[in-house]
Amino acid sequence: MRGYIPSVLLAAGLLILAGCKREAREFRPSPPASQVINTVQVSGINPGANPVGAPPAPNYYEESAYAVSQGKTLFQQYNCVGCHANGGGGIGPPLMDNNWIYGAEPGNIYATILQGRPNGMPSFRNRIPEYQVWEIVAYVRSLSGLLPKDVAPSRSDQLYVKPPEQSMPKQTPTGVTGTTETQP
Amino acid sequence: MSTLARLLLDPGGALLAMFQGEPGQHHILHPAGPQASNIEWLYWVIFWIVFVAFVLTILGFARAAARSRTPAHEMVPVIKDTSEADRRSTWAVGSAVLVTVLALFAVLVMSMITGKKVEGLTSKQPITIQVTGHQWWWEVTYPDPQADQTVTTANEIHVPVGKPVVILTNSADVIHSFWPPSINGKRDLIPGIGSAFWIQVDQPGVYHGQCAEFCGLQHAHMGFSIVAEHDDAFQAWKAQQLKPAKEPTDPEAVHGREVFLTHACIMCHTVRGTDAGSRVGPDLTHLASRAMLAAETLPNTRGAMAGWIVDPQRVKPGNQMPPNPLQPDDLQALITYLQTLQ
Amino acid sequence: MAISEPIVIPQTGEQDRLSRTWAEPRGFWGWFTNVHHTAIGVRFMVTSFIFFLLGGVLAALMRLQLARPENNVLGPDAYNQIFTVHGSTMIFLFAVPMMFQGFGVYLVPLVCGTRNIAFPRLNAFSYYIYVVGGGLLWVGLFLKIGADAGWFAYVPLSGPQFTPGKRSDIWAQMITFTEVSALGVAVCIATTILRYRAPGMTLNRMPIILWEKLTIALMVIFAMPAVMVDSSMLLMDRTINTQFFNPSVGGDALLYQHLFWFFGHPEVYIIFLPGTAIISTLVPAFSRRHIFGYLAIVSAVVATGFLGFGVWVHHMFATGIPQISDSFFTAASLMIVVPTATQFYCWMATIWHGRLQLRLPMLWAFGFFFEFLIGGLSGVMLASVPVDWQVHDTFFIVAHFHYVLIGGALFPMFAGLYYWIPKITGRMMNDLLGKVHFWLFLIGFNMTFFTMHFLGLRGMPRRVYTYLPEMHWGTLNAIATAGVAFMTAAVIVFLVNFFQSRKTGELAGPNPWAAGTLEWGTSSPPPPYNFAEIPTVNGREAVWDAEPDQPVVVGVRDDVPEVLVTHSMDSEPQYREELPGHSIWPFLTAIAVSIAFIWSIFSPWGITYGAIPVVITLIGWLWPRGSSPTPRLAERPREATWSR
Repeated sequence: MRGYIPSVLLAAGLLILAGCKREAREFRPSPPASQVINTVQVSGINPGANPVGAPPAPNYYEESAYAVSQGKTLFQQYNCVGCHANGGGGIGPPLMDNNWIYGAEPGNIYATILQGRPNGMPSFRNRIPEYQVWEIVAYVRSLSGLLPKDVAPSRSDQLYVKPPEQSMPKQTPTGVTGTTETQP
Repeated sequence: MSTLARLLLDPGGALLAMFQGEPGQHHILHPAGPQASNIEWLYWVIFWIVFVAFVLTILGFARAAARSRTPAHEMVPVIKDTSEADRRSTWAVGSAVLVTVLALFAVLVMSMITGKKVEGLTSKQPITIQVTGHQWWWEVTYPDPQADQTVTTANEIHVPVGKPVVILTNSADVIHSFWPPSINGKRDLIPGIGSAFWIQVDQPGVYHGQCAEFCGLQHAHMGFSIVAEHDDAFQAWKAQQLKPAKEPTDPEAVHGREVFLTHACIMCHTVRGTDAGSRVGPDLTHLASRAMLAAETLPNTRGAMAGWIVDPQRVKPGNQMPPNPLQPDDLQALITYLQTLQ
Repeated sequence: MAISEPIVIPQTGEQDRLSRTWAEPRGFWGWFTNVHHTAIGVRFMVTSFIFFLLGGVLAALMRLQLARPENNVLGPDAYNQIFTVHGSTMIFLFAVPMMFQGFGVYLVPLVCGTRNIAFPRLNAFSYYIYVVGGGLLWVGLFLKIGADAGWFAYVPLSGPQFTPGKRSDIWAQMITFTEVSALGVAVCIATTILRYRAPGMTLNRMPIILWEKLTIALMVIFAMPAVMVDSSMLLMDRTINTQFFNPSVGGDALLYQHLFWFFGHPEVYIIFLPGTAIISTLVPAFSRRHIFGYLAIVSAVVATGFLGFGVWVHHMFATGIPQISDSFFTAASLMIVVPTATQFYCWMATIWHGRLQLRLPMLWAFGFFFEFLIGGLSGVMLASVPVDWQVHDTFFIVAHFHYVLIGGALFPMFAGLYYWIPKITGRMMNDLLGKVHFWLFLIGFNMTFFTMHFLGLRGMPRRVYTYLPEMHWGTLNAIATAGVAFMTAAVIVFLVNFFQSRKTGELAGPNPWAAGTLEWGTSSPPPPYNFAEIPTVNGREAVWDAEPDQPVVVGVRDDVPEVLVTHSMDSEPQYREELPGHSIWPFLTAIAVSIAFIWSIFSPWGITYGAIPVVITLIGWLWPRGSSPTPRLAERPREATWSR
């Protein structure tokens, strides 16, 4: 009997390392109370010497494969593809490159979706529930390979237009955020 | 009363209820159309053949055991010479195998005949319905060469009594299966593979069906209903479904429409006659004409609708509709508006 | 034959040497080096029984959830994981490992009359791989990341878009582990049966259990690759973006089903045929005569093996296949009833013209007759396409396959356990407890699963975590749940019986049932070298048909682990083969292969980099041993005899 234990522990150890957060599935996640998103820094200009830090983002969405895949589904369903295509852009800017006009941190993207932006990005406040906005945020970050490979979505059952997010090489963000390198 | 109480207090009634269905509703042995009738006939024929085989075999084993029984814990010597017994057994077993083959052949022939009858229901002028399976609801369209005569609805399928109907199947995501037990067998809705599935209902009524291929978290709550009515009622229904949403006159309903258009609803739902045109979720233009909500999960009443809108994840955890925390006045107005969508 | 004291067989010098040559390794690490088939066979049986108990707990949870409409014991996510892991455990981690691997590995060399199984290290490796695969699935469940797309995991639901995360990947690799394990054991068993049989055991005298294990081994070899390909394609779709099952670009969701069921249907015969072989072994033993219709039964077993590959589409009747396919597969599915019916009639004839002793294993055999008959006959109903269109994917199907699997495999399994545990442990199990176990289980099983026929007819589909009260399915579901209590009590009685009789059971002696096959020609438990003298065989029931002066084989060395290799048809001795002794390499290779497979769930580089340790361990495994030094000059060949 005692011989069975090492085998089971071995398997258990390998899997525990893989983490169970990836598989968490919340159907009614409670997002943080509405962020004071006015504090999100959206340009390279800031008062004082130090840039304003990005607001904290809830971890669950970027660690749960289910949340990110829901974000992918919502990206299609809410017609983000209408302007951003599958990340390549069109009417709207591309989302799969390393240039983030209004910031690459999750809080920045959340603010962008909620507030809208000049030149065509609508505001989705009150249209998309907050937790779904966070799911879309997580997905948008996966488009440029910023999420770990086992969390990022795999290929969809649709026409193959670009490598799936889990195969995207990581594009380190440039552009404006409170925490990454600023460039004009 | 609870099932246990019913079993204890009224065992006869409970047992009877177990074996009877609600006639015509969703029971394989209570057919409401020619195909289910044919299948029911075949079922009973095979059942009796199989039942006779069962009884004979069990009697055979019982007799064999009874006649050759020896005390279990004694030392019984091995029978060395079995040639005579084997000779007789060869005849017996050979005949039994022959009878078995003949019975199976009969089953085969009857199956093929019934299969042809069931599949043979066809027509040059069928009612055509396109059913597309979604996770976890049914998109139902009555296509028409003229685009503005195409009816789009969800979960509730109306058909005229006595006429062949062809259902064109497709799926938007995973494999589902369309199954109305009282009317016909099932057909899988497979993405990328369309098929034509014929049904005909001969008795008016409401027939329940369920998704019969595991399709994810809410497979259990993916029902649909087929409402069979006389042709004039069917045409009236269809004409009503073609109309855009009625303009609300009641101020509360007007406010409700405003709530609909300024909240998350329009991201997913269509109400023809308003700006809401999204195809993600079911078409709500004639929501109030449907008997049930959420793929035959909830009755279409104010209370159930309120509960559904505010927290669909409570009723169908994992489904695609998010919770909508609305102010109470807004919620009441919204429901008033939705109830005007006949 | 009750024995109250151990039988002391005076050790000859030869048996002393044999004991030393074949000695079981000791110590903690010694456990991992054991390659003797009895040890590995027992491990398969114990591990698979543990998985049976775990799977049963899941079943109880499912029944608790379904006992009432709109119950909230389990949410949909938990329920989906539970029914998936229940089905996968019962089929992949219990049924095949117990019926084929467990019974096969333990019994086949004994029934052949040889000292060890062929390829003993491959056999050991197969066990370790199986354990890791089972652990993988269950650790996933415990961490709530279990596979949740059903035990056959149809695409697109299990595919990359609709099952995010690693759940289906864990399932797919569990398949790979268990199928590699089954393939390994199949190779060992087929080779043993074909080449290691005792002299005199021609094909015409081979016990039916050997015919069946040979058929199963060949079925495994032909069927398992289909599911390995299928699960690997699924894994590749999910991890490296292949498009096998993507309908938008020319892939096909039905391809998955065809490949799966091409394996899946033979799989259920791989589970069922061992049950029939156990019955074919018990019926003659407890009717005190040779079985009637040996040729017919052997033909039936082999025919089932062939026909089992020709019926897979009957799992897909509802997918909209053309009518001609419907007819063909209906005909094939009805045809496959004939061999099984033939076996039933032959068993009936054997009992009819025999002297029936209704001892405990035989009681279970009668349970099999009753329960499997119901399942098989409901299968005849399902073979008919129009009926299947109505009841496919409903609880009618759940009832059917539980009747054939529990009736056709579990009842014979318990029969076989009560029959052979005295051989394995040396002690009889308690008769009264065994009967209590039988009746409790019979009642509970029928309560639970017979009612499901009605639920299916009343429109209840499968794999639903709950149902509406308006459906009026509550009463039948409540009865079905009540049956679980009886089955649980029954299994507890069995466990109590097992553990108690290991300590205080009546000593069995070599042949407590006075049965005829060769495993009863040695002590209970068998010594590590199985037989003191390698026997020869004179008839289909070797012990019964042995002459008073039945010769034994001399000349096989007793200072190295050596077996006699005989001709596959007529069992004439051909040469002696030295088998490898105990070795750590199977275990180390299993670890290396496990690392590669599990790593590949998370990254395709797992196969590339993981191959390196595999190559290293294989080199260690296959390193040439060199031949043993020339034997001492043999003792004078002596006239040796062996009798009951």
